[in-house]
Amino acid sequence: MNTSTLEAPAPTKEKERIKKVSIIISKGSLEGVYPGLIMANGARMEGIEANLFFTFFGLEAVIQKKMNKLKVATVGNPAMHMPSLIGILPGMSAFATSMMKKEMEKIDIPPVDEFIEMISDAGGHLYGCKATVDMFHLTKKDFCPQVDSIITVGDFYEMAAGGEIIFT
Amino acid sequence: MTTKTINDQTIDFDDEGFMTDYTQWSTEIAAALAEEEGIGTLTDRHFAVIDFMRKEFEEKGSGPSIRRLTKESGVPTKELYQLFPGGPAKKAARIAGIKKPQGCI
Repeated sequence: MNTSTLEAPAPTKEKERIKKVSIIISKGSLEGVYPGLIMANGARMEGIEANLFFTFFGLEAVIQKKMNKLKVATVGNPAMHMPSLIGILPGMSAFATSMMKKEMEKIDIPPVDEFIEMISDAGGHLYGCKATVDMFHLTKKDFCPQVDSIITVGDFYEMAAGGEIIFT
Repeated sequence: MTTKTINDQTIDFDDEGFMTDYTQWSTEIAAALAEEEGIGTLTDRHFAVIDFMRKEFEEKGSGPSIRRLTKESGVPTKELYQLFPGGPAKKAARIAGIKKPQGCI
């Protein structure tokens, strides 16, 4: 029996595209916050819907008084190639932070406040984590105006439905 | 690489649909590419973006980042996304006849 004639030509599959990403930023160091911001902005540049959810120390990235004072962690990070004992010296973190900021500026990565504004203007949505806000006794007034609202974990999952979730 | 004929002119494109020779570009070609991208009729505001991208490409060999684009072309982020919905950096670069943007920002 010849079955080869029964085989239909393989349908040309349209390239699969990501339509929506919800990115959780949970760390408050400079290197903990930027990857999530870059990915959210990059998503919007590609026409992908983007949500940012700031939780625990990640919330510092949207707290008006703190967002531009984030620091690079110089202790407990083997990729710094620096013994932790040196990392604890006064000024080390500030030094590493200013070095990194300089390099970032060269490739057009904006400061946190400007980046948040860019993402928001690009149509990305920003949310704060209710549990963290309660824990740290924060109010809406502490946040930059781009934060849409303070939401629960349940709200987050609802909002993330149908898309990818990225935890950073 | 592929070629396409627009307005009796043969234009070279790479595999992703970006023009490989920006000197082949004209406003008529921009209009045809904008139609393909679903942007519709190009306005002065679209051209503020396109002209800046072309100028930048001519000077530096690559298109600007979105940050530079919005800071220096006089078209703010919000408007940029309205002018080129669904991915401004690539769409604008394609219509401007320059290579695919290389940066992450």
